[in-house]
Amino acid sequence: MASARPVTEHSPAVRRVPEHGRALDCALRVAAYVVLIAVALAMFVPFVFSLATSLKTNVEANHLTWATMLWPANPTLNAYRTLAGTPITRWFFNSAFVAAIWIIGRAVIDAMAGYAFARMRFPGRDLLFLAVISTLMVPPIVVIIPKYILLNNWKMLDSYLALTVPFLADAFGIFLMKQFFESIPAELEDAARIDGASRYRMFAEIILPNAMPAVAALAIFSFQGSWNAFLEPLIYISRQEYFTLPLGLAYFRRAYYTDWPVVMAIAVVTTVPLAVFFIIFQRWFVEGARRSGIKG
Amino acid sequence: MASLVATRRRNPIAAEDYLAGWVFVLPALVIFVGFIFGPILYAFWLSFHSWNVVTPEKPFVALDNYRNLVDSDDFRIALRNTIWYSAGVVPAQTATGLILAVLANRKIRGRTFFRTAFYFPSISSSVVISIIFLWLYANNGLINFVLGTLGLPTPRPPWLSNPRGVFQIAFDAFGIHDVSPWLVGPSVALVSIMLMNVWTTTGTMMVIFLAGLQDIPGDVYEAAAVDGATQWRMFRDITLPLLRPVTLFVVTLGLIGTLQVFDQIFVMSEGGPAKTTTTLAWLVYVEGFRKFSMGSASAIAVVLFIITLGLFLVHRRFLGLTGDQ
Repeated sequence: MASARPVTEHSPAVRRVPEHGRALDCALRVAAYVVLIAVALAMFVPFVFSLATSLKTNVEANHLTWATMLWPANPTLNAYRTLAGTPITRWFFNSAFVAAIWIIGRAVIDAMAGYAFARMRFPGRDLLFLAVISTLMVPPIVVIIPKYILLNNWKMLDSYLALTVPFLADAFGIFLMKQFFESIPAELEDAARIDGASRYRMFAEIILPNAMPAVAALAIFSFQGSWNAFLEPLIYISRQEYFTLPLGLAYFRRAYYTDWPVVMAIAVVTTVPLAVFFIIFQRWFVEGARRSGIKG
Repeated sequence: MASLVATRRRNPIAAEDYLAGWVFVLPALVIFVGFIFGPILYAFWLSFHSWNVVTPEKPFVALDNYRNLVDSDDFRIALRNTIWYSAGVVPAQTATGLILAVLANRKIRGRTFFRTAFYFPSISSSVVISIIFLWLYANNGLINFVLGTLGLPTPRPPWLSNPRGVFQIAFDAFGIHDVSPWLVGPSVALVSIMLMNVWTTTGTMMVIFLAGLQDIPGDVYEAAAVDGATQWRMFRDITLPLLRPVTLFVVTLGLIGTLQVFDQIFVMSEGGPAKTTTTLAWLVYVEGFRKFSMGSASAIAVVLFIITLGLFLVHRRFLGLTGDQ
């Protein structure tokens, strides 16, 4: 585009553009609203529908009408009462506990590795970073069989270890932390260096406390990843006492196949914590996705 | 070594880093070696061996597992379904993501609201979404109810139980009944899952495109407007070329995601009806954890890995050559 041309040369055109463009612009704007609202509805309706179904009786759930489609005529908590007699509280605890371990583990291990890759010079650094990043290209299903065999050899299947240890470091988190540490001012380190602090003290006392925004972003992704993890828990866990919510949900879908309100109630219980988290931290989610686009 | 001594004299921290660097990456390295690097090598090794989990022996069978794949109907079907899946979902989610991003990038009210609404399905659990859609697609579910009351036809058997190829349905209308397996197209069941996938991931793609759009400086458009360019020409000649790296990223993400589709298949269709939703990832699971044939499951996994890597490299090269950045 010849943007260097002086504008004055084209001043008649400048006046003309708004005139022929205004009607079109207005039409486009209306069209944009229509499309955006329609898509927003399409995104919300399935969730509203599942919430409504969880509040219906089984009979009402199976006889849809326009009036009761998105809200029941007589909301009932029956489905949730049925849930109370299941191990769902245990599964909820498992999901929360596992999420906490993921978050803490990654906050420390990813941050350490990210810091080393960003600010330290050591032999093999660049090659190692390349190797770590290229694992983003490896679909989890590809390594699931060897991981299952190894965890079995190490007697870690059917335990919290299987749900946490393999996930204590991840390539995306290391990348995120490296990006962050590259942006912090060198003066922060210089001050510590004058005091004669070692790298270890510098990291623990100055770098990590100053990295909290990045650690928070990482924590959000770790939470989302662990809360939704399905394939690996499915393979590693067979005893119900170690089920996380997605496993419990998949199990219920088989056990209560025809009882849609109960199945939807678990879907709601699984989604609500994530939704609350999302609403509180939505800026971070969106920010993180635009930087990375990696879905946990 | 000489440089190390020189560095040490100059800067004690740099010398310390020589060792401390490894200390800092060590915990992550242990996890990566134990759960990614090691398992990748192990998967290759296993694919040349035969193992049924029960017996301790893992005899070497050379290329037998791969040779069996070539002759296997299941593998051919899974490969075809996976290709349909990626070829359908990736362009659709990329296009809808781009369109929504362009729309939401205009100066409109409630931009944050729309961005949030579109993004929410992307962060939800795949199992939750699969179960909700299972209900939406059910015979007496929401979709059939709406179609029915509007007097529109609904598929028989219902969506997720319907093995008929979507192209076959079109051919049938012209009285052509015998077509090659490829021309049958993905089944109604597979297309139902594909649509759900587009619904789920469009928001992620939109957010990434939106970031790319916001990085394009506004004065480029102003200059074009001065030159009398139409909206469409600005989109075609400015927006699209400048978005090329973002598009590369979105398509790469889409390929990685669609080639490994598993959760949805597990919850919604278990590979059926008539194997029309059997994907490569699902086949790895069935061979490995239902038939306990770890060698052939690993061979499928290795093939899937090579396909993913190959597509990524081809795609990068292709866009690299045509790109002018």
